[in-house]
Amino acid sequence: MFEDLAVPLFDQLYNFAHWLTQDTTEAEDLVQETYAKALRGFSSFQVGTNFRAWMYRILRNSFLSSRTGLKTTVVFDEEDQETVSATEVSTPESLIIAQSNRELVQNALGELPVHFREILLLCEVEEMSYQEIAQTLSIPTGTVMSRLSRARKALRELLQRKFAGGSHGV
Amino acid sequence: MACDAWRDKLDQYVDGELDAPEAAALNAHLRTCADCAADALARVQLKRSVALAGKRFQPSAELRARLEAKISGAARPQRSANWWWRLIAVPALAVLILSVAMSLYFQSDKARRQRTFSELTDLHVALLASATPFDVVSTDRHTVKPWFQGKIPFTFNLPELQGSEFTLLGGRVTYLDQSPGAHLIYQVRKHEISVFIFQDRTGQDRGAPAASPPSGQVHTLSFNMDSWTQDGLRYFVVGDVGSADIEALSKLLRGAG
Repeated sequence: MFEDLAVPLFDQLYNFAHWLTQDTTEAEDLVQETYAKALRGFSSFQVGTNFRAWMYRILRNSFLSSRTGLKTTVVFDEEDQETVSATEVSTPESLIIAQSNRELVQNALGELPVHFREILLLCEVEEMSYQEIAQTLSIPTGTVMSRLSRARKALRELLQRKFAGGSHGV
Repeated sequence: MACDAWRDKLDQYVDGELDAPEAAALNAHLRTCADCAADALARVQLKRSVALAGKRFQPSAELRARLEAKISGAARPQRSANWWWRLIAVPALAVLILSVAMSLYFQSDKARRQRTFSELTDLHVALLASATPFDVVSTDRHTVKPWFQGKIPFTFNLPELQGSEFTLLGGRVTYLDQSPGAHLIYQVRKHEISVFIFQDRTGQDRGAPAASPPSGQVHTLSFNMDSWTQDGLRYFVVGDVGSADIEALSKLLRGAG
């Protein structure tokens, strides 16, 4: 039953929508649109498949086709071919500081390109498996791994720059 | 296998996506390679900070109500236009919406409580694992309490332990959601119990609701926790002892506060 499945996802979907749109009104509209679409399309949802991934996919597709979404020009540059070596950037000390500074991480997340931000949120906040992320973003699992690596690397670099700058104190 | 090859798998490792034999092999490597272990730790920390930072936005109650009304309205098509049916259906729907809203509220409460609990458990375990667990080492409450003066923005009272099974071991300054507090360690029959004291922030929206979860006892895995608010302070008692010991220490603290 739609209600039982969809209502518990409300908080998470809203949080995700807000991160995507970076705006309260737009996030509210996006969540409402998502639920309206999901309600209409529920008959096409195949029982036994992943409902959460299905809802996130609807939300994300609605976002990408919205005015704000269209503006976030997403460039996927041959990411499948590139292997990411995370060894170049790793300064554990600075990351320990990062852990204590939630606001700094929030700012950095907000500054990341949307395709990096969304995959990090799905993996760390929603704790989705690679397979679930693949379903949500409609990409192969291999791409999930490479994009996730790149997203983390970008976040690390951004955090390190912020520490170096030091202007974004608590 | 060289470190570079392992490093390519570290993300999958910390995400729990490696299969069991590979995870075991990498685990063995981490025990012997400090560089890879530090890298893995950094990745876990990054994951953790993103998980914390990512839970940021909460929908308004108004949006929730609007959406729930829409969903339950659509789920229950009008079967009859009879006036008596509406007379029953409208209050029933209101009750339903209210109960869904309340269950959601309590669910998010529970999640919040769980998060605080796991953070405090982490602090407790980290302290026990530390080589220098206390910044002030003393069994005397009259030494421990003044030590915190000027280090945290509040004072508190500690109970007299004579005649009880508990011993005070020491304390240190700690942080939860960016606010400073006191972390005290008590011992009972070789078990350590952590007592955390923070300023109570209920009713102050500082974007950190985790500091003020509902009071009461929680039990998960092998840890027990008790929590309450008293005179503007928030107390947490965490340990791997039975809930009777936690309760006994809580009672002593309540009496002193």
